[in-house]
Amino acid sequence: MDRIAKIFERCRQEGRPALTVFATCGCPSPEESGELMAEIIARGADILEIGVPFSDPMADGAVIQRASDMALRQGMTLEKVLETAGHLRERHPETGIILFSYFNVLLQYGLERLTARLAEIGVDGILVVDLPFEEREELLPFCRANGLHLINLVSPATPPERMRRIVADATGFVYYVMVRGVTGTRDGLPPELADNLARLRAVSPVPVAAGFGIASGEAAHAVGRYADGVIVGSAVMRPAVSGRPFPEIRKEVGDLIASLR
Amino acid sequence: MKTHYGIYGGQYVAETLMPVLQEVETAYESARRDPAFARELAELLTDYVGRESPLYFARNLTRYCGGARIFLKREDLNHTGAHKVNNTIGQALLARRMGKKRLIAETGAGMHGVTTATVAALFGMECEVFMGALDVKRQAPNVERMRVLGAGVTAVDAGSATLKDAMNEAIRNWTATADHTFYVIGTVAGPYPYPRMVRDFQSVIGRETRRQCLEKIGKLPDEVIACVGGGSNALGMFAGFLEDASVRLTGVEAGGEGLETGRHAASINGGRVGVLHGSKCYLLQDRDGQILETHSVSAGLDYPGVGPEHCLLADTKRARYTVVNDEEAVRAFELLSRLEGIIPALESSHAVAQALRTAGTYPPDAVIVVNLSGRGDKDMDSVRRYRETHPAA
Repeated sequence: MDRIAKIFERCRQEGRPALTVFATCGCPSPEESGELMAEIIARGADILEIGVPFSDPMADGAVIQRASDMALRQGMTLEKVLETAGHLRERHPETGIILFSYFNVLLQYGLERLTARLAEIGVDGILVVDLPFEEREELLPFCRANGLHLINLVSPATPPERMRRIVADATGFVYYVMVRGVTGTRDGLPPELADNLARLRAVSPVPVAAGFGIASGEAAHAVGRYADGVIVGSAVMRPAVSGRPFPEIRKEVGDLIASLR
Repeated sequence: MKTHYGIYGGQYVAETLMPVLQEVETAYESARRDPAFARELAELLTDYVGRESPLYFARNLTRYCGGARIFLKREDLNHTGAHKVNNTIGQALLARRMGKKRLIAETGAGMHGVTTATVAALFGMECEVFMGALDVKRQAPNVERMRVLGAGVTAVDAGSATLKDAMNEAIRNWTATADHTFYVIGTVAGPYPYPRMVRDFQSVIGRETRRQCLEKIGKLPDEVIACVGGGSNALGMFAGFLEDASVRLTGVEAGGEGLETGRHAASINGGRVGVLHGSKCYLLQDRDGQILETHSVSAGLDYPGVGPEHCLLADTKRARYTVVNDEEAVRAFELLSRLEGIIPALESSHAVAQALRTAGTYPPDAVIVVNLSGRGDKDMDSVRRYRETHPAA
């Protein structure tokens, strides 16, 4: 059983959803970012999505745009993201680590070189926001050759037939985007959430984690009733982009993570 | 794959937008085959836009250059003052057919925003235009025009606060509102089917030009020249001549302060293959794949990417792509104004400059057609400011 499967199995046995946390690598600063992610893991994240900053994050709301911008202004690069991932892997052998990126940054690094590096580091998979099912053949063979999961996304806009095609050969987990829109916190849960997740889980060969808009422990627990995992990003990054002293940021993020468990 | 042009194009968007793109594609394929759609589009192009646009023999310019006869395809005479409206009318008709009640658009200089606001007014649709905060300041008159036409203008502060950031924000808005909103993309870039659709709507330029050449001159042109930002006016012109191997196709990119300075917007000549805004194309980016800010005296060419079909035409050498910098473009702007009494848009001035370079290399019976994609009224401030810091020699 691979690491991601083990994590979901362990969480299932513990009767809770796997907590997946997104953090933009390089925010609030390249130095502090690794520490912040270590705190996120220490306070209870089962899977960490390491966000690669991009100049034009067109699927992200204001908070992650800001986080991306702060990271880039301080010289963050994919190479440094990989170093951070490597350090985290050494210290946290049981945590799932997924590289989360827009496609262009990966493409410029070189897909073959990247996937080989990720496998060597011990990263579990890649999620590419702007690489839908139709374009994934560009990356998928390299992922398969290196034993990496290419995480698929499904949204409320995805028709049933398309959903079946997307998840047919899914590995790792499937990311269910809860709302039509960009990342960012929202009040309340979409009314169709339970039905959509039930339909998706019925056809998915792997666990389903849901994200987009989850801001609190209450929301996370509510979503966790219908999904195998919950994903939180903007709510975690909001303190990180606040400009406050790092110890305060670390404490607030850590406390949030603990409340999400 | 039909969504790609060689290795270029594609649909590099978030999953939430994929079904939306497929809905647009299905609707477009059906509209394209519907004679009623074609009839209504043709009628609006005639009576509302004022087509066909003249093919004008620029005698004074020809005499000045010595060499080929230079003709201007007068897209500047269209309603709203540029070629953009050919496309916005087509897309608005499609939006109405799909039952969408709201149009959104990105805009740089404001021309595409103004034409989208115009057709939204015509069809009684709600309209929101996304515009970089810097451009809102630089192009105040166009912001006013959009507001008069009833559109909302949203200033985008993110990133470099220019066209690419406006497009990011339009895509974000569309992702959340696509059930009732149609995104009117202004150029042959973006995810499929936009490159195809915009090219089809703009190809009226090339079709008319080809026919006018045969009727007026009795032969095909030796060369057609058009400026390329995203590339819609150029592709519209080229589309009429792709099968005519004897016609040289020349696209002109914005060289800004010069290719060697790095401050330009010449994606094909100065970029590398990458992915932005849903499509793979030549892209101005740094080593790490972060998108660079672009520079051009003409806001309409100030875009880091370029349409995928242009990338393929460049690779196959069916078209060639040259670079004209700010100074040469502004000189062409001044020259055409003085010699012909036609004030061209700064974008189109890049194409005029290219014609000035090459006309003299042709014999007098040769014919060059320049796509005069827009009028220059909007550029008075830009040219004045440019000349304040770069006095004419």
